[in-house]
Amino acid sequence: MAIAKRPSTEMGQRLFEYAAAPEATDHLKIADSYALFVGGRFVEPHSRRRFATVNPATEETLSEVAEADETDVDRAVTAAADAFRSWSRLSGAKRARYIFRLSRLMQERARELAVLETMDGGKPIKESRDVDVPLAAAHFFYYAGWADKLEWAFPNRRPRPLGVAAQVIPWNFPLLMLAWKIAPALAAGNTVVLKPAETTPLSALAFADICQQADLPPGVVNIVTGAGSTGAAVVGHPGVGKVAFTGSTEVGKQIQRATAGSGKHLTLELGGKAANIVFEDAPLDQAIEGIVNGIYFNQGHVCCAGSRLLVQESIVEPLLAKLKSRLGTLRVGDPLDKNTDVGAINSRAQLEKIEGLVNSGIEEGAEIYQPECRLPERGYWFRPTIFTNVAQSYRIAREEIFGPVLSVLTFRTPDEAVEKANNTPYGLSAGVWTDKGSRILWLVERMRAGVVWANTFNRFDPTSPFGGYKESGFGREGGLHGLAAYVELS
Amino acid sequence: MDVRKTYKLYAAGEFVRSESGRTYKPDGQNNVPRSSRKDLRDMVKAARGAFPGWSRRTAMNRGQVLYRVAEMLDGRRAEFRDLLGGGRAAGRQVDAAVETWVWYAGWTDKLHQFAGTVNPVAGPYFNFTLPEPTGVVGVVAPEEPALLGLVRRLAAALCGGNTVVALASERAPLAALTLGEVLATSDFPPGVVNVLSGKREELLPWLASHMDVNAIDAAGCTADQLGQVQEAAAGNLKRVVPPGPGAEALSPHAGLDLMEFKTVWHPIGV
Amino acid sequence: MATAISLSHLGSVMRGVRSVDQVGVEERAAGLAKRSIKKASKLWALDLAIRCIDLTTLEGADTPGKVTALCAKGVRPQPGDPSIPSVGAICVYPSLVATAVAHLRGSGVKVASVATAFPSGQSFTSIKVAETREALAAGADELDMVIDRGAFLSGDYQKVYDEIGSVKEACGSAHLKVILETGELGTYDNVRRASILAMAAGADFIKTSTGKITPAATLPVSLVMMECIRDFSRETGKQIGFKPAGGIRTSKQAIAYLVVLYETLGPDWMTPERFRLGASSLLNDILMQIEKERSGAYQSADYFSVD
Repeated sequence: MAIAKRPSTEMGQRLFEYAAAPEATDHLKIADSYALFVGGRFVEPHSRRRFATVNPATEETLSEVAEADETDVDRAVTAAADAFRSWSRLSGAKRARYIFRLSRLMQERARELAVLETMDGGKPIKESRDVDVPLAAAHFFYYAGWADKLEWAFPNRRPRPLGVAAQVIPWNFPLLMLAWKIAPALAAGNTVVLKPAETTPLSALAFADICQQADLPPGVVNIVTGAGSTGAAVVGHPGVGKVAFTGSTEVGKQIQRATAGSGKHLTLELGGKAANIVFEDAPLDQAIEGIVNGIYFNQGHVCCAGSRLLVQESIVEPLLAKLKSRLGTLRVGDPLDKNTDVGAINSRAQLEKIEGLVNSGIEEGAEIYQPECRLPERGYWFRPTIFTNVAQSYRIAREEIFGPVLSVLTFRTPDEAVEKANNTPYGLSAGVWTDKGSRILWLVERMRAGVVWANTFNRFDPTSPFGGYKESGFGREGGLHGLAAYVELS
Repeated sequence: MDVRKTYKLYAAGEFVRSESGRTYKPDGQNNVPRSSRKDLRDMVKAARGAFPGWSRRTAMNRGQVLYRVAEMLDGRRAEFRDLLGGGRAAGRQVDAAVETWVWYAGWTDKLHQFAGTVNPVAGPYFNFTLPEPTGVVGVVAPEEPALLGLVRRLAAALCGGNTVVALASERAPLAALTLGEVLATSDFPPGVVNVLSGKREELLPWLASHMDVNAIDAAGCTADQLGQVQEAAAGNLKRVVPPGPGAEALSPHAGLDLMEFKTVWHPIGV
Repeated sequence: MATAISLSHLGSVMRGVRSVDQVGVEERAAGLAKRSIKKASKLWALDLAIRCIDLTTLEGADTPGKVTALCAKGVRPQPGDPSIPSVGAICVYPSLVATAVAHLRGSGVKVASVATAFPSGQSFTSIKVAETREALAAGADELDMVIDRGAFLSGDYQKVYDEIGSVKEACGSAHLKVILETGELGTYDNVRRASILAMAAGADFIKTSTGKITPAATLPVSLVMMECIRDFSRETGKQIGFKPAGGIRTSKQAIAYLVVLYETLGPDWMTPERFRLGASSLLNDILMQIEKERSGAYQSADYFSVD
């Protein structure tokens, strides 16, 4: 019988390189330039200035975006204050209808939003498609349901909106952070002036379009683009009753100083240096996934990233062997490719910051490991990185790197794990991996952190309050607690 | 001839003079310690040391301790009434102070049920959120009422498991300092609660900028002081609870405002 | 691990095996299933999938005629298209091994036989060993045995271990695939224990299922087994094969298994020597997908032979 000649297995094996599987972008239209979204309309900036927003994976300019100056911010706050009078008096049920509508429109335009998010920010399409956009829509859906139930949410406390909410959000989860900010604010009857990050303004501008499509009353949501000075103007505007910021601890402190004595309500969601603690009895293969998800999700641009891995000394060798081999399977590259696990670093500035801290780790004596992987020639990239032999005193163990860089430390006893985990000014999140239920609860009790993931990491949900202890900020986002941040209570 | 009392600070479970050796006479008669930044520093250290033990006591046990304060205070009603100037108003203030301790004693084991949530996340996870004490809290007592103002804030802060460094009323600190004697006989572990007297202008900046204080209840701050406290608090992002219209009210939120919320995720599987 | 098994307290060793978190492993498997395999890599994967198929018929109604037809299909899945390779093996009951051997001689396609009181395994060890010998005497190249789940679930790990050892001994140089019947084991922890037990006892392959109960092979179960193989390889240097079986009917599923294989065990396992897919109806779906990739048009079942 004639049997076809087969290629030798060795030859064949190398062929299983996944072919490029890019998400199509032809359904997406990015304008050459964008104006500010104020009072329900796109308006030319008083500043007459624009800045470029760049695709970090290609370094190509995607669009020119308006830079709002103080006058522009003042117009936006005025529009929001005008809208507040009617929006806050609108029945909760009607507000709910609008917010539900926003959620549905986001679902309908999910593909467009995901692609936009990936192009503007560099995150893998599988994350914007499966995490950012669905969670953002879910957030609106969740808070829409609260809008007509405020009296039930806060019984006997006469919940009242705070007025115009000034909201400044970061570039790591642009649309999701927008949802975390805008959804509860609108549900409680506030109006909003939101400033997206200067490197990722496009999904917020797409959301402005969604507001128009939803016939949201003009001025309820205003989007002003710009950099730090625009943000400072938004936060500092006297017409604002509430300030909500997500970003670095450094800027958070500036905002707390700037709003001191103003009477403005303030919530801050800031940096972190989370410990991810793995005990010797942990379900190891799932712990490896949790470690990988904890630090390489979204290129490590995650405030709650598990950037400090604390491993019980008895399993450090098998764990590192598994982790290193797992790193070899991470696919770094084109964020629009559906198989990409680690995308582009958000900006040149962030890449330089990561490189600086990584160099400090090498200089301080830590041992660096990076898997072999080909990086694209253009764009901002950084290999998934592990540092071993890290001392608690090294900068890479203390400072937030906000990149795909893991510092591995070891511990011998649970008490030592707790001591090391809490030995940081931050307190946003922590991870615990062990098969023993009582040990999980023991650790949960001792972690000075606002979110503790046990045998999982980096999970988020609209119903689940999120926020920090200590220098990771104050106030909660998500759930009933997140709603409380947008009401005045008796 | 009577035996007069030397008013002292209540610090780390002991009664001490200010390390500075200074006093002032707020009522023109009694010498009261004019605490220094170092007294404050020592108290914060004591409060930090006491935090793990106090915060991990069972809620039931904390309730018992707070109730014990009510018992001790009740037994010294007459003394406090006199300290507060005597008369019916003073008596009512003492009654209300006793009631405050009883009321918060009953809250210690209810805050979790009142403010905790189980969150129905969209996935195979059990997810819950519970309140936890924020750590070392600086309480700036209102100038008036001298006893009740402090007690309202103190009981609320302690009930959730925080440890406290409290600034007594500057003008009328005697009741606060005497309250230290009540607290000392109420089974608080040393350092859980500390009371100091002195000049606000001197002490507030040090309290507000102290890197090991997690929160400040600014009930007794003027508008100017509040702004200064908030600004200095940014050094380590302290939570600052501003004086509110409801500061005098009994409310679990007075305690919860000084608490964190911790969210815990765990997979559900076999 | 090999030394651990030599301890007399096999039970306590087995109960000490590292646990598996269900949610974590299922999320990981679901993530891998979302890999998008296109164009050349898809064609290559489909080609490999065919070469790895254990084309199976395990029915009470099986006859020499049925097996003969299956062999023809296995050798030349797409008559007239020599670029389509033969399958890895034909898998039949012991009584039909001789028929299969006769029709596959010289084709390179192996003959695999189930044995050991398949599918329940509820018989005497002596009979299982005898059945194994008979199947091999009839010419089988590979033997698919089932573990005694009754013994396993009652905690008698020693019996399971010894029985695999006896069958392995009877196999000699023939390849032994050990079926765990994961659908009856109840937890991923048990899957992990059974995998380690089977490998330590001498399995050349570990296999998920008989195909006779639901659930049969699933992606997360396969992931758990592959992780065990990876650990075993790291600790002993032995490269054990993996065979998911049952319920794999579409190209998409087959590719998902190859992706999990590739990202868990790596390229060394991308070969029929270390990977098989137990399936009866998968082959035609793969042929249709290959034709679709080549022609650009979606295909109809009418154009592909059913055997």
